[in-house]
Amino acid sequence: MGQIEQLAKGVLQGNRRSIAKTITLIENNEPEAQKIVSMLFQKTGKAHVIGVTGPTGSGKSTLIEKMIRELRKRGKTVGVVAVDPTSPFTGGAFLGDRVRMQEHSTDEGVFIRSMANRNAPGGLAKATKDVIRVLDASGKDIVIVETVGAGQSEVEIVKVAHTIVVVLAPGLGDDIQAIKAGIMEIGDIFAVNKADRQNANKAISDIQAMLEMNTEKTGWKPSVLKITALTGEGIAELLAIIKEHKQYLKMGALEANRKEKAETELSEAIKQKIAESIIEDLKRKGEWEKITEKILTREIDPYSAADMLLKKKKRN
Amino acid sequence: MIVQRKIRVLIAKPGLDSHDRGAKIVARALRDAGMEVIYTGLRQTPEQIVETALQEDVDVIGLSILSGAHTTLFPKIMKSLKGKGMSDVLVFAGGIIPQEDVLALKKIGIKEIFGPGTPTGVLVEFVQENARKKE
Repeated sequence: MGQIEQLAKGVLQGNRRSIAKTITLIENNEPEAQKIVSMLFQKTGKAHVIGVTGPTGSGKSTLIEKMIRELRKRGKTVGVVAVDPTSPFTGGAFLGDRVRMQEHSTDEGVFIRSMANRNAPGGLAKATKDVIRVLDASGKDIVIVETVGAGQSEVEIVKVAHTIVVVLAPGLGDDIQAIKAGIMEIGDIFAVNKADRQNANKAISDIQAMLEMNTEKTGWKPSVLKITALTGEGIAELLAIIKEHKQYLKMGALEANRKEKAETELSEAIKQKIAESIIEDLKRKGEWEKITEKILTREIDPYSAADMLLKKKKRN
Repeated sequence: MIVQRKIRVLIAKPGLDSHDRGAKIVARALRDAGMEVIYTGLRQTPEQIVETALQEDVDVIGLSILSGAHTTLFPKIMKSLKGKGMSDVLVFAGGIIPQEDVLALKKIGIKEIFGPGTPTGVLVEFVQENARKKE
């Protein structure tokens, strides 16, 4: 058995070292990454993926810690992928999400992995989706994905999670913020954390008012609930709603949702592969430099250059 | 396909002390040198530290300790790393560690001990030079 086969086998058996090593391969985009993902792919699709997003400091990590605790009580195994930002200046990252979750680090039924986003836009790392697959294939019942602290438009999470929990806190903004596009549109559940603070009710009513403006009458109606992650208040209720949402997805929405995700992913994979192959080809032939030079001297704009190259490619 | 490897470092606080300014400064310096730094937070057991290093697949572990329990906790960590086949992980330590303990700690596999006042540049260079070489 080759090294990659052995690694894949380890992942399927839930071996923690194999899981960790496989994630590194994928995260680094090593040549073996695609091979191991293909090997695991058939064994994926079982885990329920919960996305936890929301602004910095709203309490995502603390909430996840409490969710793990509650899920473990119920005998569920849990994988966590916690994404934090990479510095655009140095390429380094400080990954601090698991500080709040360390109590679960030695629990055999929990696997926590921190990921730097490596400057990918949208709140996740480029490899996050495949890392979720590894945890899924390793047999975790639930995979929780924590996004980077999300402002308004970090909505990549919709592409990877089945149920999205948007964590907010009182005092972050008024009803004008609540009505804005982006993150406020993606929540299946809005959890207003730090409910022991002043203004929690105001935050709740702002979100409810926003949700009532939805003209869509069918489908899932997002829930809003008050929680205090620090004390665990509202966590059982949150998990109950997540379960309800899972049931709702099973009634048909999941299939549509899955199909859409598969299409998006296929189209992205094609774009990436084709773009890479064209660029490599151009570089090999030395044309890349020449065209770049023409763009720099304003002889041609990048779009026309791309059109020209595409035409040329089609002719061949 | 662009392969993008980063040095991953775990900064860990074993045992019962609650001062982590030094650990945070080290974490920040390594971050600024382009590494991915994972922090455990305070009051970690040897098992928690080793298990975290395993899950995060780090190349380097930095142990920060001020409580004086290094002669008890460090051997446990080193033994556990060995037991899990993770002897290739570079381990260094810092904090308040008396000179007379240094040799014994190096003998069990801790590559270097950095005392107070160590310039962060020295530390960064040490990690860059000694971190597990990935083929």
